[in-house]
Amino acid sequence: MTSFLTLLARNRLALAGGIVLSLVVLLALLTPVLPLADPDVTNTSNRFQPIFSDGAVLGTDHLGRDLLSRLMWGTRLSLAVGFAAAIVAATIGAGIGIVAGYYGGRIDNIIMRGVDMLMAFPYILLALAIVAALGPGLFNALIAVSAVNVPFFARNIRGITVGIAHKEFVDAARLAGLSNTRIILSEILPNVIPVIVIAMSTTIGWMILETAGLSFLGLGSQPPQADLGSMLGEARSALIANPHTSIVPGVMILIIVMSINLLGDGVRDALDPRLKSGALSRPMAATRVDRAEQPPAPTDQGLLEVKALETQFHIKDRIYRAVGGVDLSVEKGECLGIIGESGSGKSVTALSFMGLVASPPGVITGGAAYYEGEDLIGAPYKRLRDMRGRNVSYIFQDPLATLHPLYRVGDQLIEAIRAHRPIGREEGRAKAVELLNAVRIPNAEKRISDYPHEMSGGMRQRVGIAMALANDPDIIIADEPTTALDVTVQAQVLTILDDLRRSRGLAIVFITHDFGVVAQLCDRVAVMYAGRVVETGGTGDILDAPRHPYTARLMACVPELGGGKRRLEAIPGLPPVVDNLPAGCAFADRCDRAQDACRSGDIALAQTGNHAVRCLYPVAQEEIA
Amino acid sequence: MTGYILKRLLSAIPVLFGITVIVFLIMALIPGDPATAILGSYATPENVAKLNRDLGLDKPLVQQYFIWLGNMLQGDFGTSFALNRPVIDEVLERFNGTLVLAGTAFVLCSVLGVVAGVISAANQYGLADKAITFVVLLGISIPSFFLGMMMILFFAVNLRWFPVSGMWPIYGDRTFSVLLTHLAMPAFALAVVATGVVARLSRSAMLEVLRQDFIRTARAKGVHERGVIWRHALKAAMVSIIPVLGIQAGFVLSGAVYIEIVFQWPGVGRMLVDAILKRDILLVQGGVVFVAACYVLFNIMVDVAQSLLDPRIKT
Ligand code: SF4
Repeated sequence: MTSFLTLLARNRLALAGGIVLSLVVLLALLTPVLPLADPDVTNTSNRFQPIFSDGAVLGTDHLGRDLLSRLMWGTRLSLAVGFAAAIVAATIGAGIGIVAGYYGGRIDNIIMRGVDMLMAFPYILLALAIVAALGPGLFNALIAVSAVNVPFFARNIRGITVGIAHKEFVDAARLAGLSNTRIILSEILPNVIPVIVIAMSTTIGWMILETAGLSFLGLGSQPPQADLGSMLGEARSALIANPHTSIVPGVMILIIVMSINLLGDGVRDALDPRLKSGALSRPMAATRVDRAEQPPAPTDQGLLEVKALETQFHIKDRIYRAVGGVDLSVEKGECLGIIGESGSGKSVTALSFMGLVASPPGVITGGAAYYEGEDLIGAPYKRLRDMRGRNVSYIFQDPLATLHPLYRVGDQLIEAIRAHRPIGREEGRAKAVELLNAVRIPNAEKRISDYPHEMSGGMRQRVGIAMALANDPDIIIADEPTTALDVTVQAQVLTILDDLRRSRGLAIVFITHDFGVVAQLCDRVAVMYAGRVVETGGTGDILDAPRHPYTARLMACVPELGGGKRRLEAIPGLPPVVDNLPAGCAFADRCDRAQDACRSGDIALAQTGNHAVRCLYPVAQEEIA
Repeated sequence: MTGYILKRLLSAIPVLFGITVIVFLIMALIPGDPATAILGSYATPENVAKLNRDLGLDKPLVQQYFIWLGNMLQGDFGTSFALNRPVIDEVLERFNGTLVLAGTAFVLCSVLGVVAGVISAANQYGLADKAITFVVLLGISIPSFFLGMMMILFFAVNLRWFPVSGMWPIYGDRTFSVLLTHLAMPAFALAVVATGVVARLSRSAMLEVLRQDFIRTARAKGVHERGVIWRHALKAAMVSIIPVLGIQAGFVLSGAVYIEIVFQWPGVGRMLVDAILKRDILLVQGGVVFVAACYVLFNIMVDVAQSLLDPRIKT
């Protein structure tokens, strides 16, 4: 509760709304004791006095009544009626909702049908019909506004009640022989009251507006009694000659409703956990780059050369070092595997190249990714966009989520081409068919008009690959493209990728947690742990003789290469949380070879031939045999 | 598709039925003798007797309902005693005016609201976002009738850009451009609140969508950020925006009552308020049923639009 209040207080707008509203309510409460003129005393010789005239700070209305006094009394009345309507609607609506949700079945069905019917009306028609039947008057307007809002409360509260009615404590109370009424009052009601209060805070502004509206139409408060709405309604005929009589009550309604809305928004934000984590931030077009130091120069190794790459996630005041200085390179026609557990930073590494790490919260804080000597990390968005999909393209993990659900796959393919060069309708279609044929989708002419949800997982992933191929890129970065697929489909997809690499001279960066896939496809492997490469070398070397204890353990979990399920979760312990990395070797806590030396100071990647390892006590050849 | 539309039309029948029941029950709340209440100052003994005969007011409630329903199904909504003409004629004529006003406002609020929401989301926490958020807050807090009055004061009286009120000039041609000048202010005033609501919702729907994986795919393809926002994200966000547009149509229709009064617009809303003040019960009853039925049908159109947008909906 206190945390809720501090959150609310931190929201300055909500705070302002709260203060203004409290002031208005306070003044309304004090109105009877304030030294105000009588609001109903008419004095036609003194009509339409302007604002700031003697004896009438806000002037007088068409009957010479003191506007300030009428405003205060009107505010009091409007607030009272609005709050009363909210309470009545909330009470009746909650009652209906609780009964429907608690009893369920037929009762629920009938009640909710009725509620749906009521919601089929534009609200004012219902209100007008009620006022028409009961006759104009403030009390009848109150009934109408409450009645119109009852369905809203009933539906909300019913939803909550259904959730509670099946909880253990309710069952327990039932078994204890408590009556339904007792259970509703003692078990259900206390749990729904907070929801009722929130629903009220978001609707009360509306109810004040609606009652003011009915009064404005002449269907609410009847003279001489006046709320803000009827003041405005009466002033309307003098709008042009004496606008202040309209402006005074109108602005007051605006102030009240706006402060309620500000406060209500603040309450909602404070209660919505999604906003707290900042998860609703939109990722920008390219990852933010904020490099403190000049990145290391390229050394002309390969088509893509990654140097000391560092990518972090800044969430609130915590910094997660997802990638902590990674060096990689890949040649034309070569396949590099990046392997590691989830959270090892392998995907973030790959997404960093083209600025595709969601940002916020992602920030690239160091290093470079050289594509033919050109640094992609510092490249302006325009250049990056131009290269995305044309020079470097991506294949993602779950094609159901990564393909647009509302566009036909053919159109998505054509769009990939069109992003880089203009292409006519017919040519685009032909090219899309050609691409689908290249990834061996049968019946390509027909399939291009399928939506993603109409395809199987394997077919969708082939579409994903076809899309990556659309502009004949030099490098394909495949981020666990086969993880969501079953084994046979997985094998087919891998074969397609391997063929494409050989026939088109593609460089592939293949991210996976699966040594079987690595063995099948990759020339070289980099093993990642806690955001760093811990071992790298030729696939054969590493598979035959892993030197880092982590790699060895990874492989030990794999019963048989090329087999079925090979998940890495089998290693005891968890990877370290990357916002609080230990000094020295990040793997030390899970390593059975760990010595004191492992926990102090940075450990360098030690190179022997083509094989490099980041470990003080690497596994020796003999130990494996 | 036709099958789906038929299915939705069939499912509307119980709702329409329910609407008539609710309106009938509300009217049964009228205190005292219904015939006298309906006729008000026109209540001569002959009239009361005739009305009792026509509407079966002396029969039990259930029977009364079916007589009323049967009459309506034949297009007979009764006679307005204050206007001395069939209710349906008056309602149809007035509904035209409302349709022009509310329809324009609805298009305005949909387009402006969605565009504002998208811009707001695309520049989250930026200047445009803050400005839009503030204007939206103002828009949903200001009573439309007050806004309308202020617009008359400023744009019609002070600046003389637009006529003060009405749908047509009393004298002069009824051309489209004349209609537009009369329509501009009321349609805008009516659209403001709904625009705010639509903008808010569009913003959060866009933020929700922009975090989805397929947005990253579009970016990875090299699609320009404009295309990412306005094609990929907006299309997906429309799935959650369209139902809200349906709801907003109801709010626009409701708000039209105030705006018609403020701008002296010849529409159903003003007709209903006049009818209530004159206790012309049959006109109220007929008008409410007719407009509510139109709203139900409109929502079917919204559902159909939704199914056209989203192929995952089974039609
Ligand atoms: S450095 Fe030490 S703790 Fe780390 S993997 Fe090697 S042996 Fe284990």
